[in-house]
Amino acid sequence: MSQIATDREIDRSKMAVSDEVAIQINKMNKWYGAFHVLRDIDMTVQRGERIVIAGPSGSGKSTLIRCINRLEEHQKGDIIVDGIELTSDLKNIDKIRREVGMCFQHFNLFPHLTILENCTLAPMWVRKTPKKEAEEIAMHFLEKVKIPEQADKYPGQLSGGQQQRVAIARSLCMKPRIMLFDEPTSALDPEMIKEVLDTMVELAEEGMTMLCVTHEMGFAKQVANRVIFMDAGQIVEQNEPEEFFNNPKSERTKLFLSQILGH
Amino acid sequence: MSDTHAQTVAYVRETMLPEQAPPSTAAGPIKWMRDNLFSSVLNTVLTLLSVYFLWVVLTLVLPWVWYGSWTASSLKECREAVAGLGLAHGAACWSVIGERYLQLIYGFYPDELYWRANLAFILMLVALAPVLYPNLARKILWFSALYPFVAFWLLWGGTLWTPVVAVAGFVFAYLAFEILNRTAGSLVAVIAAILAPVVWWLLLAGPVSNGLASVMPLAIEPVESAKFGGFMLSIIIGVTGIAMSLPLGILLALGRQSDLMIVKAICVGFIEFIRGVPLITLLFVASTLLNYFLPPGTTFDIILRVIIMVTLFASAYMAEVVRGGLAALPTGQYEAADALGLDYWKATRLITMPQALKISIPGIVSTFIGLFKDTTLVSIIGLLDPIGLTTNIRADSNWNGIVWELYGFIALIFFIFCFSMSRYSMYLERKLKTGH
Repeated sequence: MSQIATDREIDRSKMAVSDEVAIQINKMNKWYGAFHVLRDIDMTVQRGERIVIAGPSGSGKSTLIRCINRLEEHQKGDIIVDGIELTSDLKNIDKIRREVGMCFQHFNLFPHLTILENCTLAPMWVRKTPKKEAEEIAMHFLEKVKIPEQADKYPGQLSGGQQQRVAIARSLCMKPRIMLFDEPTSALDPEMIKEVLDTMVELAEEGMTMLCVTHEMGFAKQVANRVIFMDAGQIVEQNEPEEFFNNPKSERTKLFLSQILGH
Repeated sequence: MSDTHAQTVAYVRETMLPEQAPPSTAAGPIKWMRDNLFSSVLNTVLTLLSVYFLWVVLTLVLPWVWYGSWTASSLKECREAVAGLGLAHGAACWSVIGERYLQLIYGFYPDELYWRANLAFILMLVALAPVLYPNLARKILWFSALYPFVAFWLLWGGTLWTPVVAVAGFVFAYLAFEILNRTAGSLVAVIAAILAPVVWWLLLAGPVSNGLASVMPLAIEPVESAKFGGFMLSIIIGVTGIAMSLPLGILLALGRQSDLMIVKAICVGFIEFIRGVPLITLLFVASTLLNYFLPPGTTFDIILRVIIMVTLFASAYMAEVVRGGLAALPTGQYEAADALGLDYWKATRLITMPQALKISIPGIVSTFIGLFKDTTLVSIIGLLDPIGLTTNIRADSNWNGIVWELYGFIALIFFIFCFSMSRYSMYLERKLKTGH
């Protein structure tokens, strides 16, 4: 487990948290069949926040962020994203998904399309951006994640780290206001984790609202403004990273931290 | 690095080894034969047995094919000519093919109109080209879309207004959808787009076409369906069935995976029913039973009925092949498409279906090949496809009793078509490979 995400100085000038609410979750519950996977989740995310959600596997942290863009359906409580309430109304769901980008553990790039096509597809078909403009936007973000030279290759020809950076660029091409990361580095070799974390750090420096499910505690310490610890489908503890790591309150958190940081 | 001390465990490499070419001993035909034919005692025995088997078969078949008679005018004459050669198993009478090949190709289509069938075939190749090879000019696709109507007119003849009013139905569907989609919402638009052409075709198309024809005929000599036959008929049924069963199969596969209970139930019911019934049964329904269900007096062309049945039959299998492809996709693909905000139809068209179809290419082409070969079953309901024609040819007293030559020739032509499809699918698989 790497203890730092990036070697360079982090520019915190733009990483300001505003009062505007980006995501509001009230008493949200979810079941898989009879299994109660999320229990009474209450959470407010302000614009510009960088939140790391940690916890043992099976604690419901991935399910929580997948509920935010309705990849999973919640059964009780409300989720309000950007002022729009998530219901079964497909129009609202599509509206929210346009504003919320997501990166997956296994990248989920479209293998039958080139890197450039992966990045231009959603802007062209969802936002109706003209092809030329969409390609310019795509190249801009591919340069940002430092792989413009791979634009004409297929995902299968890239390394895992490169694929994850493309996935981030693909999400950014939709100009989202919120980014969700579902264990973005868990499927990567240690050498590639850093390149992806660097990209995420840069994104945070630009003031993106981010929710990251990750085991990268170095990233949490350096970038997050809040760490949420979940266990058994509940939020057990949340605090600023400094306090969270140095002075955890709950026994469960202490145990988790001792295991994850102990080696 | 030769001076590394054997007694120390610590080791640091100072020079990286350069890449080297593989040794040159592992190549050449002898090496290949040793690897592939004589790698062990068992393989050597099997190789020798196979060679012996091939030898026996070929020494029997090749002389029969090669020394066959091309000149005799009847089976009797041919047998006498061949007997003079002194071959143990006789030889073929190819003259029947020389005499009847036009019939085997065109059936009883009037010979002064063969050019129309030939033109339709050549235009079919033109229409297929941009579909099969996407690198070609995309503008020809317009012609591909219009080709079915052109071909119908060329083959069946009659007034040009019949295909024109048929196309008009699609134009009306498009207009109805475009106009209502903006004003009344997509569901109304879809319903109108289905209703408008159906009403047009059933009620208005006939009178309008007749009216236009009486003003300006624009007609070529009509040919009735009973005169269609031979490979022309096989190709008409086969190609139409192939072209229609793929989209229908895709829709059925999507329907079977749908969350809408009624749509799903209809699709599952259709697929399971069609797959549970032999094609012959469906063809008999097409040839006889269907008339009972239609209003008396309606004439519903037998070739059209057969095409519908063959299409429905193939589309049920196609649906299962495509469903296999959809099921093979990782759920991540569906989730990524959703997360980007693509709606169901866009996600299907742009993300999941292209990948599912690519996975299913071998299965799809197998279904195509099966469909094309199954067209020979129409001989059972009295259509004169090549197999049906063999009975006809044997009814001629000159050729009474001839079997192998006709079936051999028909088999060869079918093999050429099916083998081309198989090679094309392999080409497509190679072309669409995007991994390492």
